[in-house]
Amino acid sequence: MDRRYVKLIVILVLVALIVWVDLPRAEGQTGIKIGSFERTLNPVLGLDLRGGMQVLLSPQPGVTASRTDLEDTSKILESRANGLGVSEVIFQVSGDKYILGEFPGLTNTEDVIASIKQTGLLEFVDTGSTFMNPGDSIVTDYVVGDTTSSPTAEPTTTATVEPTVTPETADGTAETTVWHTIMTGKDIESVTVTTGETGGYAVDFVLTAEGAKIFKDHTTTNVGKALTIVLDKKVISSPQISTAITEGKGQITGNFDYDRANNLAVTLRYGRLSVPVEIVESRVVGPTLGTDSLQKSLLAGLIGFAIVALFMIIYYRLPGGVAVVGIAIYAGLTFALFKLIPVTLTLSGIAGFLLSTGSALDANILIFERLKEELRNGRTLRQAVDMGWKRAWPSIRDSNIATIITSIILFWFGSTFGATVVKGFAVTLSLGVFVSLFTAFFITRTFLSIVIDFIKPEHRQKWFGA
Amino acid sequence: MLNILGKRYFFFALSLLIIIPGLIMLAVNGMPLSIDFKGGTLLEVRFENGQFPTTESIKKIYDQNGIKDLQVQSTSEGSLVLRSSELSESVKNTILGELKNTVNSDVIILKADTVGPSIGKGVTQRAVQAVSLAAIAVVLYIWFAFRKVPHAFRYGVCAIIAMVHDVLLVLALTGYGAKFFGWQVDSLYLTALLTVVGFSVQDKIVVFDRIRENSSIYRKLDFEKLANHSIVQTLQRSINTQLMTVEFLLLSLALFGGVTLREFAVILLVGLLSGTYSSIFIAAPLLVVWEKKEWKTWFHKNQETTA
Repeated sequence: MDRRYVKLIVILVLVALIVWVDLPRAEGQTGIKIGSFERTLNPVLGLDLRGGMQVLLSPQPGVTASRTDLEDTSKILESRANGLGVSEVIFQVSGDKYILGEFPGLTNTEDVIASIKQTGLLEFVDTGSTFMNPGDSIVTDYVVGDTTSSPTAEPTTTATVEPTVTPETADGTAETTVWHTIMTGKDIESVTVTTGETGGYAVDFVLTAEGAKIFKDHTTTNVGKALTIVLDKKVISSPQISTAITEGKGQITGNFDYDRANNLAVTLRYGRLSVPVEIVESRVVGPTLGTDSLQKSLLAGLIGFAIVALFMIIYYRLPGGVAVVGIAIYAGLTFALFKLIPVTLTLSGIAGFLLSTGSALDANILIFERLKEELRNGRTLRQAVDMGWKRAWPSIRDSNIATIITSIILFWFGSTFGATVVKGFAVTLSLGVFVSLFTAFFITRTFLSIVIDFIKPEHRQKWFGA
Repeated sequence: MLNILGKRYFFFALSLLIIIPGLIMLAVNGMPLSIDFKGGTLLEVRFENGQFPTTESIKKIYDQNGIKDLQVQSTSEGSLVLRSSELSESVKNTILGELKNTVNSDVIILKADTVGPSIGKGVTQRAVQAVSLAAIAVVLYIWFAFRKVPHAFRYGVCAIIAMVHDVLLVLALTGYGAKFFGWQVDSLYLTALLTVVGFSVQDKIVVFDRIRENSSIYRKLDFEKLANHSIVQTLQRSINTQLMTVEFLLLSLALFGGVTLREFAVILLVGLLSGTYSSIFIAAPLLVVWEKKEWKTWFHKNQETTA
């Protein structure tokens, strides 16, 4: 069989796949799942298109934070924000000193901002014989005073072994216990994840001199009791004191796998670090504007495509028609990749995509202009088609490589500086240029070559606009 | 055949004529930086019942909250854009509450951006660094890609000079826009500028490629004629690509609407047009100037250039 027909079959299979990926999914319908590769196949829209809030945080002036510190901090912020009941919140380290937080759909910013502004209070609470479940809310007697003062909780001289019980006044249905805080995360020196004696993972911690003393006093008299670790009044873990800890070093064991042990370590470290962050930038896009922009851009894309298609067909006739099919496949394939990777679509991302569509068109125009030139030079149609491709290729290749170089540098710039606008643009542009190279050279070429076979073109040069 | 290169100094002068006044305006009035770069708060709001409070009443509300530098702009879409120095969360909410009271209607927040003063400082500098780095990388790449042509390095340098021309043209346009239409440079503007840079380089290479190809075919032809021939050969493609890319973008973006996006669309239109223009009228002529080392005769007025 002709190799071109093999290609044609490959292309048709590809098109079928593209259509399947691109089709809108109903709510809750599953997408792809192959091993660990799982995608819902819903386009990921940026906050400027769906509405929501974006905040950029950086450590307060004078605070230095390593990348690990920032990563720990963003993890804590994320779990804290999710604790607020806001869904799909993402916090990620951006550049060398920023954390970017995204809250889709959220425009009431006050709660979130208040939550971010807290430093994260890690407490070790004496819960007597009560072992708590992670996630439980508890009340402790530790009060955050002046935020600038040291949060170290000096244990009261009268060690409250028995928890104080106070009646709940609000609704009277439950009684709230106020537990005693022994010490805070401030007294932790370092935290590491190790493999425990029994094979699983464990979390080792070393205390400061002060912490060691508090721990020694407490643990010698409370062996067998629970020592509950609490972050922002929510229980993280409630281990049992198995022996007195006198050296200022301890280990928390449990049925930990690596992730759980690591999460606990991160939490403990954060409590120690308390990287205070400040909001350096916040952007809110109301849902009205987001939807509006999305609809307008979709409409604009369709109208733009219709005009281009019309122009291509009128001006370049048959090849133009073939190119339109090629561009349609290009757009579909790029969109499918956006869904699969996934790429978050923003307004600047759309600008990058439009520019790459320009490149895709340019590739076709370059080829067809060459084709016409070769026809004018008296070549047969088949020769002209071949020559057109061959001659146009170096300019398409080199110009697109230059664009890819530019977009890689812009991507680097965008990600080190937390400039999401630039990053979004660079991602869609480079991806689009790769796809346009592929479609122009693989798909349009194959189609055109096959179409010529069918029309017996010797006397139909007019179809080629020559 | 069209003799484009013969009039090269005319085109150089034309470009300078457009660019220099704009840059002077920009230098005199300063770069109109938006809150994205200098910090501050931008609120874009619409009122449920379609009414507008008067600018005076809004100013008064801001004044009462200690904010003196408010700028009010109304958009064609029936919304208000309020720009001011940075508002804290609580002040912002107070102001929104008071706005609601003045018109007795719910306030719909379309946009609420607050940028701290520290954030924008480095952006411009870093953007210049990134673009410069990209320019160097592109010069090196063109040098490599054109290595079989004599003086391959020149092609890279000329492409970048023409790209700088496009960037300057956009900056000049910004100068005019800021003066006459109150334009502001924001992050979307940066995107537009980057788009222009990307497109510009791509377009130069297409034109240069034709010179590269022709120079291996017509070995004995005078360089100016060769370059002119190459430009004319690619002219149709240049026009068509420009027409479509621009048409495509123009339509898309004109339909986006909104104050900031309209600006974005205009910058793109002019910038992309300049990208195509400069390939033909700046980049290729520069190659000829370089080939003939014409600067040796620039300052000897009465001496004919040996063309």
